[in-house]
Amino acid sequence: MRKYTPKDSVQKKAYYTDRFWVAPKVPTSSVATDESFSATLESVSKVVEVKESYIQLSQMVLKIDAKDNIKTLQALKDDGYDMCSELSATDYLARDGEFEIFYQMLSVSKAKRVRVLCRIKPTEAIESTVPLFKSANFAEREMYDMFGIYVNNHPYLKRLIMPDDWSGHPLLKTYPLQGDETASWYEVDKIFGKEYRDVIGPENRDPAKIDRYDTKRFSRVGYEVGFGTDISQGESETKIEYSTTILVDYNKSQKQLKERK
Amino acid sequence: MAQHQINYASSAGLPLALTTVDKLVNWGRSNSLWPLTYGLACCAIEMMASGGSRYDFDRFGTIFRASPRQADVMILAGTLSKKHAEFARRLYDQMTEPKWVISMGSCANTGGMFNTYATVQGVDRIVPVDIYLPGCAPRPETLQYALMMLQKKIRSESANMKNNTKQNLRLV
Repeated sequence: MRKYTPKDSVQKKAYYTDRFWVAPKVPTSSVATDESFSATLESVSKVVEVKESYIQLSQMVLKIDAKDNIKTLQALKDDGYDMCSELSATDYLARDGEFEIFYQMLSVSKAKRVRVLCRIKPTEAIESTVPLFKSANFAEREMYDMFGIYVNNHPYLKRLIMPDDWSGHPLLKTYPLQGDETASWYEVDKIFGKEYRDVIGPENRDPAKIDRYDTKRFSRVGYEVGFGTDISQGESETKIEYSTTILVDYNKSQKQLKERK
Repeated sequence: MAQHQINYASSAGLPLALTTVDKLVNWGRSNSLWPLTYGLACCAIEMMASGGSRYDFDRFGTIFRASPRQADVMILAGTLSKKHAEFARRLYDQMTEPKWVISMGSCANTGGMFNTYATVQGVDRIVPVDIYLPGCAPRPETLQYALMMLQKKIRSESANMKNNTKQNLRLV
């Protein structure tokens, strides 16, 4: 006989699971397959210790220690990667207890890109790369704003996107999408003050919300009451009257119509 | 004398019109609604189109003004972020009475598809709204209709703004 499995929680489980689904992986290849990248890796390896290196999506990925970020970027800059097109971080706090910071480097002359990856703990800070790349200024401010990662020796480390008095860092995985309490009352607190929270009320995030006792905004057919009437003690049903006009059907003869009248 | 007798009830052909102060004042107000040149997001593109020659807001007496001191109507056209809410309210406060607000588009009405931490979930949380204009984004004809509805509303109001109770709380 087949082994019995309890069916109580069958509704709670996912309806459909594909046994043959395999998580896609971006194919990687060795750095040795590309001459230009090999030369770059060699020149970078002379300066810093490269933990791991591979080619992914025709970009070279270099994993380094977070303390070596300035040295690595300087070596790459000397090698022709003279643009830092983007830098930011990824939240791996739940999985690894670390942030992964990436620097996306571009060489216009070689038409190639290199991604430099390094990891830091949430208690650590990263060294600023503004002395090397002016573009890192805003990118590092955004990284601080979104993740709360402190950047040492940054010329002006201030929130870039969120308001200065915002609490929390929204791109952390732990930050709720609809905002924490300070976020949900932010505009009310700022404009009117906290005592107006009761007057204005909480945010309505349900687009299909219907409040039958709110006669200012909602009414039901058959229960039409005056604007702003209090119906908490019950409401009176309105008798619906339909039009009694005889519909003229021109397909029927005049005699038939007269009979109906 | 009979041929010079004036029928005051119907003044056809005579240089005479009878009206009330309410009607006269509201006639003036409703036919010179000057909105603030103030766009927040993509709805503002439709608002600009409404002001342009094809849809021609000017024929309603509606001319966009660049200063809140000269404006009667605030068209909140687009997504209002929480960071910007303070400034939208400040512009509303700088407008002189009487003033009206049109909330244009889904984002301004309810937050729309931006059910996130950074978007104000309906501009009626910070300013009293007279006309809610649905659409994403509403076409210029729709904005014109909203403006005509606002004109209709103003014509039915009392000229003394103290007598008018707004649906929303007029805060501060």
